[in-house]
Amino acid sequence: MSTLPRAVDLGLIGCRMCGLVCRNVAGNMQLDGDGVDDAMACPRCGSTLRRRKTNSYARTWALLIAGFILYIPANVLPIMRTASLNDVDDNTIISGVVELWTNGSADLAIIVFLASIVVPMLKFLSLGMLLVTSQRGSDWARLQRARLYRLVEFIGYWSMLDVFVVALLTALVRFNVLSRVEPLPGVIFFGLTVVLTMLASMSFDPRLIWDGRNTDD
Amino acid sequence: MATAARNTDCLHARSSDALLICEHCDTVYRRRPLARGEVARCVRCGAELDRHRALSVNALLALILTAMIVFLQANIWPIFTLGLSGQFSATTLWGMIVTMWEQGAQVVAVLAAATLFFFPMTKMLVMGWLLWFARMGRRAPGFAPLMVALHRIGPWTMSEVFVLGALVAIVKAHTYFEVVADPGIYAYGALTLLITIFAGVDMRQLWEQTPEPKP
Repeated sequence: MSTLPRAVDLGLIGCRMCGLVCRNVAGNMQLDGDGVDDAMACPRCGSTLRRRKTNSYARTWALLIAGFILYIPANVLPIMRTASLNDVDDNTIISGVVELWTNGSADLAIIVFLASIVVPMLKFLSLGMLLVTSQRGSDWARLQRARLYRLVEFIGYWSMLDVFVVALLTALVRFNVLSRVEPLPGVIFFGLTVVLTMLASMSFDPRLIWDGRNTDD
Repeated sequence: MATAARNTDCLHARSSDALLICEHCDTVYRRRPLARGEVARCVRCGAELDRHRALSVNALLALILTAMIVFLQANIWPIFTLGLSGQFSATTLWGMIVTMWEQGAQVVAVLAAATLFFFPMTKMLVMGWLLWFARMGRRAPGFAPLMVALHRIGPWTMSEVFVLGALVAIVKAHTYFEVVADPGIYAYGALTLLITIFAGVDMRQLWEQTPEPKP
């Protein structure tokens, strides 16, 4: 593995916007992870060149924790109200999954459960674990951690599923007193959780997994 | 940017010996041409480095134009209709966004408008613009900032999630209402198919496929 050259050791920087490989002439050769080279712009697309994403650890932690805080009301508060002539029913994310299951759509219940519960939890746990292990410079299961990060990045936005379901039902179930659906605050918290966790996984720099102990962060 | 040009030195001038850096682990590779269907993966971390470009600029432009038409249909046609004791209720994407706004969920309205309308539309218009000029062998006006913008909005388009959401909503509504699928849902289905094709396309190839403007 050590025979594979890394850009940071060769004094190269790849532009994260256009992929151009540039030689880093000035600046120190130490890993910084905090965008020390702010003065350098990619000669091809003009984006700032950085060896690592700016303040990756701090930003990812902040966004992840903020997302987790909002995830609590997203689950505790109801996300939508279904009202009919003689019945008002407030649904949480979990009760929506249970309803799908008991109505015989087990397959969709599993999909919604995966998108709304498993994916966000997986994101919190995975990114938290990736942050801790990378900050410690751990060389444990690097390949698996790299794969886990790509999985989290790939599936993250599917969590928006429940938000769209509530929005569609709200727009469609409008039968005056007979039957109505209204959005409740839970859905707003949930939407914000998805956005924050997406931003968190984008701020994490997977190259930190491979940087090892010589980082100064 | 003037200082920037002094500090960095482009190694890319001759594309035959261009280098490639794995974005996921920083490993440096020498780029080589790939055969049809071939995908280059990083030896260290397994991430995809490069893949064979099966679709020409012309084919991509044709697909983008198709996607634009389908997107227009998906947006103006109702998605599906609910019926309850003789009353019917249908909605389009924008009807949904407006209703969410009026019902006090403005955050959701803005999220839906951005991820289901503005970002996908911007993405398609920008891609169409860039490909149209690339087809004529040159870089479109505003090439560099548009390429960067395209890269940035990449993860924020969610039409395919919306399609799955519509299916879930149909199944949920089916218990209590009559459900009739409208043309919009088929347009969305077709759009998802097109999006899947585009998922494997790295637009950054245009940096290599179009000539650098003379300074």
